[in-house]
Amino acid sequence: MITENRRHTSATPGGIGASVSNIEAMDKVRGRFVYANDLTRAGMLYGATLRSPYPHARIEAIDTQVTRRLPGVQAVLTHADIPGRPTYGFEEPDQPVLAWDQVRYQGEPVAIVAAESAEAAQAALQAITVRYVRLEPLTDPKRVASGEGANLHPQGNTLRRLPIVWGNPQMQAPVVVRQSYSVAMQDPAFLAPEAGLAQPDGEGGIEVWAASQWLHADRAQIAAALALPEERVHLHLAGVGGAFGGREDITLQIHLALLAQATGRPVKMSYTREESFLAHAHRHPAQMWYEHGADLDGTLRYVRAHILLDGGAYASSSNAVVVNAATFACGPYRVPNGSIEAEVVFTNHPIAGAMRGFGAVQVAFAYEAQMDRLAQALGMDPVELRRKNALRTGDVLPTGQRLEGPVPVDRLLERLQEVPLPQSASAGFPGVHRGVGFAVAFKNIGYSSGMDDTATVRLRMQTGEDGSPEVHLWSAAAEVGQGIRTVQRQILTEEFGNLRIVLEPIATDVASAGSTSASRQTWMTAAALKEACAALREVLWERAEKELGAQEGAGRLVIREGMLWRTRETELPAQEEPHVSLKSLLRETPVEVERTHHHRPTQPLDPQTGQGNAHLDFAFVAHRAVVDVDLGSGSIRPVELATIQEVGRAVNPKMVSGQMEGGSAQGLGLALMEALESKEGVVQNASFESYLVPTSEDVPPIYTELLEESDPSAPYGLKGVGEMPTLSSGPAITAAVRAASGRALTRFPIRPEDLLLPQPNVAVFLTPTQEQEAESLPMEQINAMTEEHFVATLGFAVEESPWVARAVFQRRPFPDPQALADAFREVLISASPKRQRAILMTHPELATARNAAVGLSALSRSEQAQGGFSTLDDGALSWWRRFNHLYRIKFGFPYVFALRAHAEEDRVSVARARLRNAPAIELACAIEEVSQIARTRILDRVGGLQSVMEREA
Amino acid sequence: MGVTVHTRVNGQPIEREIEARQLLVYFLRDELGLTGTHVGCDTSQCGACTVWLDGRAVKSCTVLAAQVDEHEVTTVEGLAETVPEAQRIEGLHPVQAGFWEKHGLQCGFCTPGMMMTAAELLANSERLSQQEIREALEGNICRCTGYQDIVDAVAFAAEKMGVSVERDVTASI
Repeated sequence: MITENRRHTSATPGGIGASVSNIEAMDKVRGRFVYANDLTRAGMLYGATLRSPYPHARIEAIDTQVTRRLPGVQAVLTHADIPGRPTYGFEEPDQPVLAWDQVRYQGEPVAIVAAESAEAAQAALQAITVRYVRLEPLTDPKRVASGEGANLHPQGNTLRRLPIVWGNPQMQAPVVVRQSYSVAMQDPAFLAPEAGLAQPDGEGGIEVWAASQWLHADRAQIAAALALPEERVHLHLAGVGGAFGGREDITLQIHLALLAQATGRPVKMSYTREESFLAHAHRHPAQMWYEHGADLDGTLRYVRAHILLDGGAYASSSNAVVVNAATFACGPYRVPNGSIEAEVVFTNHPIAGAMRGFGAVQVAFAYEAQMDRLAQALGMDPVELRRKNALRTGDVLPTGQRLEGPVPVDRLLERLQEVPLPQSASAGFPGVHRGVGFAVAFKNIGYSSGMDDTATVRLRMQTGEDGSPEVHLWSAAAEVGQGIRTVQRQILTEEFGNLRIVLEPIATDVASAGSTSASRQTWMTAAALKEACAALREVLWERAEKELGAQEGAGRLVIREGMLWRTRETELPAQEEPHVSLKSLLRETPVEVERTHHHRPTQPLDPQTGQGNAHLDFAFVAHRAVVDVDLGSGSIRPVELATIQEVGRAVNPKMVSGQMEGGSAQGLGLALMEALESKEGVVQNASFESYLVPTSEDVPPIYTELLEESDPSAPYGLKGVGEMPTLSSGPAITAAVRAASGRALTRFPIRPEDLLLPQPNVAVFLTPTQEQEAESLPMEQINAMTEEHFVATLGFAVEESPWVARAVFQRRPFPDPQALADAFREVLISASPKRQRAILMTHPELATARNAAVGLSALSRSEQAQGGFSTLDDGALSWWRRFNHLYRIKFGFPYVFALRAHAEEDRVSVARARLRNAPAIELACAIEEVSQIARTRILDRVGGLQSVMEREA
Repeated sequence: MGVTVHTRVNGQPIEREIEARQLLVYFLRDELGLTGTHVGCDTSQCGACTVWLDGRAVKSCTVLAAQVDEHEVTTVEGLAETVPEAQRIEGLHPVQAGFWEKHGLQCGFCTPGMMMTAAELLANSERLSQQEIREALEGNICRCTGYQDIVDAVAFAAEKMGVSVERDVTASI
């Protein structure tokens, strides 16, 4: 027997903490579960949607005359046929139900039809004529952000710009890494394309079966379009084949209701996969510019970042996504200073909105890449750097919000490091390199920024047909496969013992449970359930006191074994404590309670400074990835993912690990293959043929571990778990590929050519400052550096000639700083005369003007200042000018002199002697001076030794 | 243009007049009401429509209904009956039991197709590695589970069916 959206009855044990099987899984393995596309009704019509082929066009005319006369066509609707509000939207109603004056993305609905068969509906679409005038599509968010292009919406093309400024936003640091990153558009790619059914309820209202994440939000938008009061619109959850955020926005729900209203008959609609790709919201593509500044010991000093999100054609939930992108831009690290600006703009790309991780995913790719680059620049272990900067309980976020709950960043990483690495070798193929990468991340749980979010449940306890007590639950919480119904049952089992539990169908028969999104549903519904269960016991106890007489004293109310007890015991009640059987309490009438949970208030962020306690709570996650990379072909094979997540108290540990595995695979997809590509606004790969979703061969074995620490601020100590796994899996994989390939990897997904083609050097700046005299690089750190890092760190010894440092790198290891300096000298003196001259040509002349700064590096300037050379009197200055001139004429290169290596009184005599040298000898002398400069610079920085000469100077 | 198809579906003899161009998947879903077989893409990538044709797993969106004339089709609704009663676990095929026990599904949309592929693999194997299970399921996309629990579910079923499964070389799992 197949039933739609069925009622679940069960009395099997399994309270909080039990890994019971998902209660819907039995129907699903038997092939009996009814998905939206399996719905049928006698006499139903088939709906279809006419979509714009253009990403941006003006609509001149829509002609449906021919279509209306086609056999089997029962309705053809355009914008002119919408009785109510012509627009809809999850947060703002900016999206036309059916376009009228213009279309803003390819695939935007323009007309809908209902016909006696699916074929007739398709034929009807063919017969509609729409006259478009094509407009220039806006496709470059950067240009849009700079103000180019016509406005797509009345308020302009910037949806929202959000700054966060904290500490000293102009802070500088001795070690700076800068880089830009990009993340592509990801499609939720749930496996069941959109489908649904609507029919008139016979009383002027409409019933809609929708595969949705939030029935009540759908209902409000349908009612507005149909000009019906909300209570005349009944929503039922149709079987949902995956959601991941992509079913938070409406797609076909309003269209179905309009067609059913217009025809008076049941109407069904099913999208093709291609339509599905075009119609629903996607993960925002992002471009991100990042600068991290740190001390030489790796302590983060500041982060400055600009994040630009492509919101596509309509607002969807972009306003909230950008808050997450901004507030999580620094990752789970202590960052005392900085400035973040996140903005989201309209383009003529497919709509971007909610997708698992919601703005926190894109920035995680960037901040974790930055941490890897910083570790490389410092010669530190990347995990050590992360642990050193890890947020802890009591720390304050860039928004000023203090972290009050568990913040186990360090513990997650520590534990992940202990998990044994996979044993298999890299297959032994030449050119295959194994890499290991780590990433850690966090995000918010629940709705933020001051929204008063709610969830309602209704409970009724009654005697069942067999005379035994049972409890019924009404909740509109959308079950999308994550297991909220199983969670509800486990909570009721926890509260009432082995009572028969009946979960009523998910529908708008009860007030809203809010959205199944933002990792909020388990938290919010559990909180409402907890309150409702307590209220139900109170009502029962009032009845019990009628039976028992008023009871003295106190105690908590407990339902166990079909009895209501009042007990002072912490575990099971004692036999002598007052108790009454539920059966007798429920004999007359059932008990019904309804409770709505509001979470504790949050605040909107200050629009100028981005300060405010915007978030309810947080959860943390870390991944370790092991990959094999073939540098010959550019192919990447993930070998293993290991992940540990902070989950509060796990209601169902096995279902939690399922979320971790699935979320990890989606993060892997974005790191390695998933990108919905558009060309001039036209989607190029709206198909599983060309939009690649990870298969069982792409996803490696996944090791999961739950870090359970009850969250005191959460109902039952639980936390939301759905989104976090998608945050750090992609960054860990890209870190592993980076480790294996040595490539910078700044765009995601990684393309094979990113591994094959030479890439521009990542900007790694080491700016010597006052601090460096106190801070220095230990020798073992120097010896452990990669070549790139070594050059970045020590290249300053011989400015503008990185080949010298590269050649020195080959002579590792160096027992001490003197040996390192010796190596520089050996490379310099053994270089060809041509290269030696080239080096000399890059050197500044000794200061010949009071304004000595021009043309000198900061380092030379500081050395010349220390050498007293910038404070020469006029007579001395003119002597040196003349000398420089003569010297350059004779030798063809500037006079180079290691100021700090010579006594001040010797300078003039040395200069005179050098001017008399034969050219070949002077070249050697000059190179010795370069070596000497390099030596003093190295000894300043390396090994903690202060050079004797510097002290003399 | 109509053609007549004589076939057996889940052991039941079926005779239907159908359109020659009808795909097997729509024949099963729309004509026979066997909605356990799903449609997830239109390009034969996703595998949600996988059924058995004479015991071999095929994507029913790539087969014409007319082609099953005089052949035998098995769908998820008939999967349990493909193993002897003694092998069934509470009326389920061991693969179904594995998906239930090991949480091999979330939204469950891929599950019937995934199970049909897995059941065919187990019916024709004596020993398997976890990597071989992954390779065999490569034509069935799952968006929810990350495949780990699916591999575990198939390994569970393998054990019940006397197929030995070697652990992955990745020892930490």
